[in-house]
Amino acid sequence: MFRFVITRIGLVIPTFIGITLLTFAMIRLVPGDPVELMVGERGLSAERHAEMLHELGLDRPLLVQYGEYIGGVLHGDLGRSIVTKRPVVTEFFTLFPATVELSVCALIFAVLVGLPVGIIAGVRRGSVFDHTVMSIALTGYSMPIFWWGLLLIIFFSGILGWTPVSGRLSLTYFFEPKTGFMLIDSLLDGEPGAFKSAVSHLVLPTVVLGTIPLAVIARQTRSAMLEVLGEDYVRTARAKGLTPWRVVAIHALRNALIPVITVIGLQVGVLFSGAVLTETIFSWPGIGKWLIDSISRRDYPSVQGGILLIATTVILVNLAVDLVYGLINPRIRHRR
Amino acid sequence: MTASAEAVKAPVARPSPLADFWHSFSENRGAVVGLFIFLLVCIVALTANWIAPHLPDEQYRDHLLAPPFWQAGGSLAFPLGTDAVGRDILARIMFGARYSLAIGLIVVTLSLTVGIALGLIAAYFRGATEIAIMRLMDILLALPSLLLAVVIVAILGPGLFNAMLAISVVYLPHLVRLARASAIIELSKDYVTASRVCGAGALRLMVIAVLPNCMAPLIVQATLSFSNAILDAAALGFLGMGAQPPTPEWGTMLAEAREFVLRAWWVVTFPGVAILVTVLALNIMGDGLRDALDPKLRRQ
Repeated sequence: MFRFVITRIGLVIPTFIGITLLTFAMIRLVPGDPVELMVGERGLSAERHAEMLHELGLDRPLLVQYGEYIGGVLHGDLGRSIVTKRPVVTEFFTLFPATVELSVCALIFAVLVGLPVGIIAGVRRGSVFDHTVMSIALTGYSMPIFWWGLLLIIFFSGILGWTPVSGRLSLTYFFEPKTGFMLIDSLLDGEPGAFKSAVSHLVLPTVVLGTIPLAVIARQTRSAMLEVLGEDYVRTARAKGLTPWRVVAIHALRNALIPVITVIGLQVGVLFSGAVLTETIFSWPGIGKWLIDSISRRDYPSVQGGILLIATTVILVNLAVDLVYGLINPRIRHRR
Repeated sequence: MTASAEAVKAPVARPSPLADFWHSFSENRGAVVGLFIFLLVCIVALTANWIAPHLPDEQYRDHLLAPPFWQAGGSLAFPLGTDAVGRDILARIMFGARYSLAIGLIVVTLSLTVGIALGLIAAYFRGATEIAIMRLMDILLALPSLLLAVVIVAILGPGLFNAMLAISVVYLPHLVRLARASAIIELSKDYVTASRVCGAGALRLMVIAVLPNCMAPLIVQATLSFSNAILDAAALGFLGMGAQPPTPEWGTMLAEAREFVLRAWWVVTFPGVAILVTVLALNIMGDGLRDALDPKLRRQ
């Protein structure tokens, strides 16, 4: 197991270095003068320009610049936002909990619905339920989620008036963020109604963001279930006279879950992509919206830092999934 | 030759590969429906000039935000209603089909060509070249797909062409991996050795001998990339980073319609339906193609 862990971590390092190269190169690839891009001012005087060039280290050899960039990254220094002048890291981690809260809720929603539905569809293969669920899953998989979000707003906020259109909390409530997670903060604050308001703001974004993972998980669970149900040990379990429920829940499910867990892990990237769209539709103050806003404001240090942090998060989560996969599936761990 | 001998001989004749493919493809009824819908979208795109009721950017100032014909205040002159500046939505969706199909086609062609080339190069040369290519693909894979596209557009600047370029880059890793993996398997087979013995050069060996045998999974992946490209281009258009207004691209139409979401449902609904139907048809077709082309990948 130790060797397995070390190999996997070893594989991650070159990818991380590659990502830093990419973000380092990015700001130099953008057309225009890098000093003006970094400082966010146009028409600098020649002296001021040279001064900034030196200050930003852009007059040194590329390799030295990259070394300094890496040094900064390893110390948690990703530069300052052009617009707010605050450190990019601070900006990112102020907004990160909002995205995490939304993503976690979306993933829980996708797993809670997708897993049982996939299992039943697999067990009752060819039934009306199976066909219906798989058609819905394919539709969900093909869904332009930004449009899906607008439709839900039309129906639930416009026609029924059940849910708010945007934001994380009704303006009538205010409290200092303690954890950054609105559900927890509103509970800690104890103001009646605050928690309910937080939940009602969260429902639609969760459904929108969870739709594609839900479809993927349901499809994957079904096909994993079908594969496992054809195995010899399932036949053995049935032959022993175990109840069908026990065969499915105890014998088949545990093995069917192995590929499903990988797929759930892979959804992290999908969730980040989806968060960009979902947060834009619902004006959710998370890093997806922040990144898009930063791009349209040409706040390149923020874009650069944000991309690096998101990529790092995705790499780390995928690494964790890989390790868990090795833990629950000895066949992977011992393969050379 | 006697009649009976002929009767015995007749069934031995193998069906043409195309007929064989159609036979297994048409077994999947959903896939045929998908193909039918996709062809319909193609026809609409090609004939939009003649069948669209209006020009896509003609503004009818007396009919701002007119509802579809079945609602009070709607008229058959604008079957699906008009948008905020009085443009006919049906016409815009019909012309929009051109953009979506062109996007799919260009993205798939670009990423398939480059992806196959890189995959074959990695499989042929192995060693440092392979490591360099595959590591680069790993880096691209580490970034969430839409985010990578957004970053590339941020570098290149917004616009339809740059968006297509960005999406092509995003789809590269999967195609490179597929091409490399199948090429490596093929390279160890006897016919490749035979071709080498006959003196085939690298280019001939890889393109004429190996490539045709690697195509099945690549075609399946290309179909799926086609539908994903339409979705991602619409998403970029929606974020303001793809096609720019007043282009009647479906995602861009949705972005323009966003502020009317609670006032005029039709402005928001129909472009999205167009995206969903096209993408869904392509995905169903992709499932059928996979079953027909690649028995190894056949669904359980």
